[in-house]
Amino acid sequence: MNTAIENEVDPGLPNENQLRSQGIREQRMLLSLATPAFLMIVAIILIPVGWLFYLSFIGGDGQFSLEHYRKMIEYKSYARVFVTTFQVSILTTLLCILIGYPLAYFLAMLPQRLAGFFMLAVLLPFWTSLLVRTYAWLVLLQKNGILNDFAISAGLWETPIKLVHNMTGTLIGMAHIMLPFLVLPLYGSMRKIERDMMHAAANLGASPIQSFWKIYFPLSLSGMVAGSLIVFVLCLGFYVTPAVLGGGRVVMVATQITAILENQFNWGAASALGVVLLVATIVILYLAGRFLKLDAALFGKH
Amino acid sequence: MRWWQKPASDTQITHGNRLWLYVLAAIIMLLLVIPTFIVIPMSFSDSQYLEFPPSHWSDRWYIVYLESPKWMRATVTSLQVGVLTMLVATPVGTMAAYALFVSGHRAARAIFVFLITPMIVPVILIAIGTFYAYGRVGLNNTITGLVMAHTVLAAPLVMIVITSALRSYDLDQERVARSLGATRVRAFFAITLPQIKFSIVTAALLSFLTSFDEVIIAIFVSGGSNATLTKHMFAALRDFIDPTIAAISTIMILVSTTLLLATQFIGSRQK
Repeated sequence: MNTAIENEVDPGLPNENQLRSQGIREQRMLLSLATPAFLMIVAIILIPVGWLFYLSFIGGDGQFSLEHYRKMIEYKSYARVFVTTFQVSILTTLLCILIGYPLAYFLAMLPQRLAGFFMLAVLLPFWTSLLVRTYAWLVLLQKNGILNDFAISAGLWETPIKLVHNMTGTLIGMAHIMLPFLVLPLYGSMRKIERDMMHAAANLGASPIQSFWKIYFPLSLSGMVAGSLIVFVLCLGFYVTPAVLGGGRVVMVATQITAILENQFNWGAASALGVVLLVATIVILYLAGRFLKLDAALFGKH
Repeated sequence: MRWWQKPASDTQITHGNRLWLYVLAAIIMLLLVIPTFIVIPMSFSDSQYLEFPPSHWSDRWYIVYLESPKWMRATVTSLQVGVLTMLVATPVGTMAAYALFVSGHRAARAIFVFLITPMIVPVILIAIGTFYAYGRVGLNNTITGLVMAHTVLAAPLVMIVITSALRSYDLDQERVARSLGATRVRAFFAITLPQIKFSIVTAALLSFLTSFDEVIIAIFVSGGSNATLTKHMFAALRDFIDPTIAAISTIMILVSTTLLLATQFIGSRQK
């Protein structure tokens, strides 16, 4: 049918050519509106990160070398940093799923208006500065902080437990900060689940538990995976919370990068670590993008 | 029948059976909210040590904050950078989102993905990268440098907000205006803009907050008399627990809560 229409119009007509070039000109004009944003990304992201990429391949003698990358494989201290980073990221993601799934499920079951109200419990922390929240956890978890006081007076433990400046404190703080990134996409995907499916399952004789695991859970998986992925990737490059709540004992990649810059002023080594972090992030997102439809979850974040 | 009299789920579970979920969700929500707001009562404590509940109330930490030239200077810088970021990121992001949404060019999608890369690149990398590049061109410790870096973080958020607003807006209205003789620019300002203005305000508030709360880039790129509030706070947190931070935190919570409630209010008016 298309060809029939095309045949009717003589492509040689000057009028049509004019219209087409006018259309192209207009499209170009429109696209030029995106130029400022484009140039800023080139200036602030592309050039600086490209520069770091270049620096990571320059050795101590100013020549091309792979020494920074070789050190990463050879030195035990680097291996420890990578292990810690993955450990913290995976544990935080698991904690978020464990805490976030019931919460998102609870919200998705409520009538829209009530859900909107209770959603404030997720949004208020989300909008509050993460520095403020990290500080709050530092105060709560201290040796003579509220949590220890409370637990001791409740008889849970007798002497104050060290809850902060270690892995425990880091994980608690990170989970608190990352939770909204999991709950929001998960809640979105749960709201999209057709209620009729659950009716049908119940009608066909499935017990509530059966219909949850056979119907609801698999349908909510896409949101959960997308949310977990965002949390995991954000954790990989996280700096503030591990630096404050880890108290120097939880050294992740970002912490290590700043330490290298502060102590040795070694741009090559710091850049190489940064490049590894970026490549890991891109590879994870790319692999995930191939298997999942990430767009909706990532772009619908706010 | 009100909702609590109905079965709680489509599989005929009663609310009584669901009690465990309600209790669990309540605990989780408390755990989310309490640590966010606990610093507010603590900031009014008279003690050197942060205690809860405070044994004596006082506003001394607010006075320490208000009388400290260092904190005041940092507050002014943070506000300045936040407002400038908002003023740059909102039009830049809106223009890009509009252009890519309306043009229908085949490269539009790829450009969109490129323009939101700042959301994917780890911030620590942007921080050290700009720190290094700024060192070459003398932009470190300047307001301009910080605003540029924060704009790049905020613009993708603006683009996402505006794109989703355009999606629910009927672009044919603009076409009608143009067929009646309005220029493209006039059609945008007279027809489209008034209908997406609430989203633009939301996007602007979001970009202000992105800059105001940003820590990592500020640690590297800001300094001297142009150091931000977050940079000083971070330095203070690493060293010791200063109750002044509780007072400043309270003010920051107040700012972000007000802005969040404003966007919620705007959102409800938009519907």
